[in-house]
Amino acid sequence: MGCGSKDGQCKNGSCSTAVPDDDLQLFKKQEIIYPKKVKGKFRTIKWVTMIVCLAFYYLAPFIRWDRGPNAPDQAIMIDLNKGRAYWFWFEIWPQEVYILTGILIIAAIALFFVTSLFGRVWCGFLCFQTVWTDLFVWVERIIQGDSFQRRKLHEGPWTFEKFFKLLATHLSWLAISWVTAGSFVLYFTDAPTLVKSFFEFNVSSTVLAFIIGLTSSTYLLAGFAREQVCTYMCPYARFQSAMFDKDTLIISYDQKRGEPRGKHKKGADWTGLGDCVDCTACVQVCPTGIDIRDGLQMECIACGLCIDACDEVMDKVGLPRGLIAYHTERYFDERTHEKTEKIRFIRPRTIYYAVILTVVVSVMLYALIARSQLELAVLHDRNPLFVTLSNGDIRNGYEIKILNKTHEHRHYTLKVEGIDNATIKVNAAGNVSTDQIYVEADSVGQYKVFVESKIKPQEPFDIEFYLIDNETGQKVEHETMFITQRSTE
Amino acid sequence: MTDDHKKVEKDEISGVDTTGHEWDGLKELNNPLPRWWVWVFVACCVWAAWYWVVYPAWPTLAGATKGSSGYTQYDELKENQAEIIERQKAYLDKFNESSFEEVMKDPELYSFAVAGGSAAFKDNCATCHGTGAEGSKGFPNLNDDDWLWGGKVGDIYQTISYGIRSGHDEARTSQMPSFGKDAILKKEEIDSVVDYVLGLSEGKSNDKMPGYAIFQSNCAACHGEDAKGGRDFGAPNLTDSIWLYGATKEDITSSVYNAHAGVMPAWQSRLGDSTVRQLAIYVHQLGGGEKDVPKAVVETDPVIVETAPKAE
Repeated sequence: MGCGSKDGQCKNGSCSTAVPDDDLQLFKKQEIIYPKKVKGKFRTIKWVTMIVCLAFYYLAPFIRWDRGPNAPDQAIMIDLNKGRAYWFWFEIWPQEVYILTGILIIAAIALFFVTSLFGRVWCGFLCFQTVWTDLFVWVERIIQGDSFQRRKLHEGPWTFEKFFKLLATHLSWLAISWVTAGSFVLYFTDAPTLVKSFFEFNVSSTVLAFIIGLTSSTYLLAGFAREQVCTYMCPYARFQSAMFDKDTLIISYDQKRGEPRGKHKKGADWTGLGDCVDCTACVQVCPTGIDIRDGLQMECIACGLCIDACDEVMDKVGLPRGLIAYHTERYFDERTHEKTEKIRFIRPRTIYYAVILTVVVSVMLYALIARSQLELAVLHDRNPLFVTLSNGDIRNGYEIKILNKTHEHRHYTLKVEGIDNATIKVNAAGNVSTDQIYVEADSVGQYKVFVESKIKPQEPFDIEFYLIDNETGQKVEHETMFITQRSTE
Repeated sequence: MTDDHKKVEKDEISGVDTTGHEWDGLKELNNPLPRWWVWVFVACCVWAAWYWVVYPAWPTLAGATKGSSGYTQYDELKENQAEIIERQKAYLDKFNESSFEEVMKDPELYSFAVAGGSAAFKDNCATCHGTGAEGSKGFPNLNDDDWLWGGKVGDIYQTISYGIRSGHDEARTSQMPSFGKDAILKKEEIDSVVDYVLGLSEGKSNDKMPGYAIFQSNCAACHGEDAKGGRDFGAPNLTDSIWLYGATKEDITSSVYNAHAGVMPAWQSRLGDSTVRQLAIYVHQLGGGEKDVPKAVVETDPVIVETAPKAE
């Protein structure tokens, strides 16, 4: 960026290795970009994805989902206080946080997979930085006009018009940022209740702090930082090029067809000229301010707006579309006929991404579907390991935890196997018998259990605890050990 | 700036300045920092300067600078502790108003008491009884069902409150005679009574043994005719498999010859009634606690707690 004309000099003339340069740059000024309005296929796709994404983001917290009386009825919610995450049919507990790891792995591999096929389409169409920047530019355009007017307004002197237009723009941005931040918080609590408490000026300082923080980050990142985020801050933007190969679809300018570029008057002869009329439409619409004709660049987010812009111009000058288009590198290397392009979607890289993706998705789906509604954990007492009772029996103590993941209060029966003549006792408030162990809905029950047996000194051995749901008969087990005085023989 | 600095070498391909450093033909580019980065850096510097003024920061010979806000971590700790005490209060008040019987039935108060008792136990009792209350030679194991002075929650409360042979007026106290040292019994007599006692827990003893008569005339007053102990005197049950001072013949001989009289301090005055009650519940639930909570559980006047002898 920022070396357009100098670059040209260097390439054409003999560039001396030491150029005297008086203005030593200490930092790089952000060049403000005023992307021009454009119409076309990719712009339409971008509008649609933007509307779908934003509608989902803003409205999803309000979707209701009946889970019975003992659980929230919000379809998507992360309850940090209670440690539960809800997603429609699914619910996960903190113990199942590996599912979150799985989701992150799936997201990463899916990004690699899509990038190896179609280049950085995530960046161009779905990334929230792109979506919100697009939204902010749209607001800016409605208030201040298209590219040229915006530049004129910004660079011109301060007038009332400039003041009010900028004020309106920034207030709109702040309003959008505020709604964005507010929606984020709604995912962590009951949405209608929080919205109501907003109108009653009765929100906690934590909620307020999150909203202020996210409002300012949205305002700064989508209003000001924009493409700087993609160029300097985003790590994914940098390493996505590692997923590219000769068969990846990337937005490319057809150099062979376009060059030598030059202005062309209607009706004039095309001899000696390439198809590029050097109208710079592709540069003017670019949200990251690059010239795609320089080839693939790190800044390019593959949004396809330059394709729309160029196609529009090609239609006007009566040349075939596609001077700028999605092409693979192999196409430019091996093309024989200009129109035919066979894209090799199936290749080692995409195969192994697809395989990993399928495996991880299957494992995670299985984990979610086969998720047990009941779990038992048993921890043998560390100290003392065993207790000799007055009648010579040996007693072992255990801490048991029963995870009742159903939304109903339940009673359970606890049994022990693998030890002869054992009695089992539950130690808890009130009189709890082993066949009526109570655990509240959607919570963890913790009990102290004693197993007593008349048993000779011997090596520690394994025993199993069984827990049976009195209502459904579901049975879970947990293996642990029974310890006695070691045999002295 | 010297002329040297002005002659910056430019990279041919990118058009970016180089730093002049070169390694094996690779030149380091001097890409300028983006301006937003510089602003963030400046903001951090400003924040650091502010922090130095407001918070304790620079070490000097007379200690670190105090900072204008007067913040210290000690104060923060105090605030946090006050907050915790405030949160405990809700339970504590309810706990203090409830009898043992009520606490043992209420899961919330019960777990509150067990948690509080567990913490107090590790601070005060674990030194002798062990962190798991497993005891050791001379220090009773509190997990088992063998109690010298009674295993109901009220008995335990009484023991913890005033101790054993602690010197407190309400303390449990008794003294076994030193049968050997004070020459009450002859060496041979001690030998035969030890044989008799040792045989009791193994079920090998009978009335015809020479030790039987000696036992009945010297020991049965406290330990009972059947040798099952007496809780009035803290006299241990000699027929079970638990031996506080060891189960070998030497151990028991030593006990009869010298007599043991373990001491436990009184905790009521040191820990306060509430903590002692939590401890009683904690110890009771370790596994040996006896049921049948006495009806009149005592808060103000523990004297009436019955340490009823258990005639078995």
